[in-house]
Amino acid sequence: MSPDLALLIEVVVGGLLSGVMYALVAIGFVLIYKTSGVLNFAQGAMVLLAALTFVSLTERGLPVPAALAATLAAMVVVGLAVERAVLRPLVNQPPITLFMATLGVAYVIEGAAQLAWGTQVHGLDLGIDDTPIDLGGVLVSRFDLFAAAVAGLMAALLSAFFRYTRTGLAFRAVADDPLAALNTGLRLPRIWSAVWIAAGIVALVAGLLWGARLGVQFSLSLVVLKALPVLVLGGFDSVAGAIVAGLIVGATEKLSEVYLGPVIGGGIEGWIAYVAALGFLLVRPSGLFGLRAVERV
Amino acid sequence: MDALPRAAPRRRPSAGTLGLGALLVLAYGIVPLTGTSYVFEALLTPFLALALAGLGLNLLTGYAGLLSLGSAAFMAVGAYAAFNLSLRLPGLTLPVSLLLAGFVAALAGLVAGLPALRLRGFYLAVSTLALQFFVAWALNRIGWISNDSPSGVVTAPRLVVAGLSFDDPRGRYLVTLTVVTLLTFVAWRLVTSPTGRNLVAIRDNETAARLVGVRVARTKLLAFAASSFVIGIAGALWAFAYLRTVEPAGFNLDRSFQILFIVIIGGLGTLRGAFLGAGFIVVLPLLLSRLGAALLGDGFDSGTLEMVQRVVLGALIVAVLIREPAGLAALLDRAGRRLGRRAA
Repeated sequence: MSPDLALLIEVVVGGLLSGVMYALVAIGFVLIYKTSGVLNFAQGAMVLLAALTFVSLTERGLPVPAALAATLAAMVVVGLAVERAVLRPLVNQPPITLFMATLGVAYVIEGAAQLAWGTQVHGLDLGIDDTPIDLGGVLVSRFDLFAAAVAGLMAALLSAFFRYTRTGLAFRAVADDPLAALNTGLRLPRIWSAVWIAAGIVALVAGLLWGARLGVQFSLSLVVLKALPVLVLGGFDSVAGAIVAGLIVGATEKLSEVYLGPVIGGGIEGWIAYVAALGFLLVRPSGLFGLRAVERV
Repeated sequence: MDALPRAAPRRRPSAGTLGLGALLVLAYGIVPLTGTSYVFEALLTPFLALALAGLGLNLLTGYAGLLSLGSAAFMAVGAYAAFNLSLRLPGLTLPVSLLLAGFVAALAGLVAGLPALRLRGFYLAVSTLALQFFVAWALNRIGWISNDSPSGVVTAPRLVVAGLSFDDPRGRYLVTLTVVTLLTFVAWRLVTSPTGRNLVAIRDNETAARLVGVRVARTKLLAFAASSFVIGIAGALWAFAYLRTVEPAGFNLDRSFQILFIVIIGGLGTLRGAFLGAGFIVVLPLLLSRLGAALLGDGFDSGTLEMVQRVVLGALIVAVLIREPAGLAALLDRAGRRLGRRAA
């Protein structure tokens, strides 16, 4: 294999794997958007809160399972509180109002998390070896593989959940037509609560993996900005779309950083994903897997 | 603007006009004589610049209903454009370079507005985010913009108008006040003109607006251009009159959110709202730090303050959206009406 080709493959693989991490965050958005039409900007803050809570608890000497359980409980409480205190009073408001409300929620969670646990940077060690392994001449980080496996598992579980369980069916019914769902006796508030709990759990998983990668600190909540182009590309309401778009965005970012970066200057990964996603959107306005073409043309 | 409806028949000046007159007398006559440097530098100048930015965003988000998360990018474009204009064309006077900087920002707004012809809602918000990140990148990477300053930070030129120096705190306040007053007047003319009503028509029901003959695409682009013109000049004032340096970090995403919060708290779709919201945003941290120091003593450091501020601000946004979606402007209106009734 020529060195050029090896580099290309390595870049693509690295990009795909980091794309999985983006998808992990994006899935949390999809869950809530699918069932309640809310683009939850606070998802990033929830990722931060989960990681920060877990790290701080373990640093205070709590064993890992207990810390995990406590963090999970905290995420459930936060999810329920947000649904109850913010979104329920705003039901039937335009989507933009709901979005701005979640922006407020993000500020509250970010501030409160750091008030409670401090602003210093924590290391988070999940006990996964980060040495690269050699896969047919391409070096791949073991941690990235693990993260990809977790994300794949989670997407599979969520898809199975949506498809095969009664609650999943109810979720889909609500996503399809809230009024009809209400009419058949589904309790919307209960379903929304369940969705927010699920989003909290997804945030916990994403928080642990991202925290282990970047260190647990405020910038963790900015992963939300990495997830937005993924959502735009994959459609706001598709779990599979989030995964596929995550892969595309990850690969695009790394490829353009390596091959385009030297031409127009480094550091373009901050916006190239947005431009790519928007360019795609102008051609195909419902994204890759989006169902409805609402809110677009 | 020339197609304005005929003015209402002359009658006694309304309470609003009188109030506005009193405010102007206060701002031009009394404040400059009695204010201290601290009041000018820490309160009034940032308040005015932020209010102007809020006013600009309100044209887009409040009136035309197009959500933008890229206000800070337009501020940055305005600030750096004004910097470059005064650096490279030394003959230009301050008013002219401010005006031109506004036009450069308006051009950026037009580009950012192009996706608005195809996209709406979140998708549009995300596309304005793209601009935010692109501008931040460009400021750091393209040396020419910041005159090859390695950090992107440059010193703002001196404020001189017609040979008079306005470099002291009071002078910078007066320059800001004048620009803000003029632009507020222009914005008022715009929103009360047929074009302004077209903006609202698009916000309320785009299909209906199209049906009655509003040229939607043109009007949306105009909203973007007008809004970023105002925000760009606000950015130039923020950098020249308030900070006196131009730095990329001052125009990050948090600033964009801050401008959006000003508009939400103050009241979407009102001109007063931007001023009320900006006043609130400027005073809030000062109030919180006083309050914190009084309650907690020395344990209240700036880091804690920042976090408390985040929590309070976020909670306020949520509370305003739930309780008073029309913002402080509506609260004020109601209070005014109640007072009026009592007086009658």
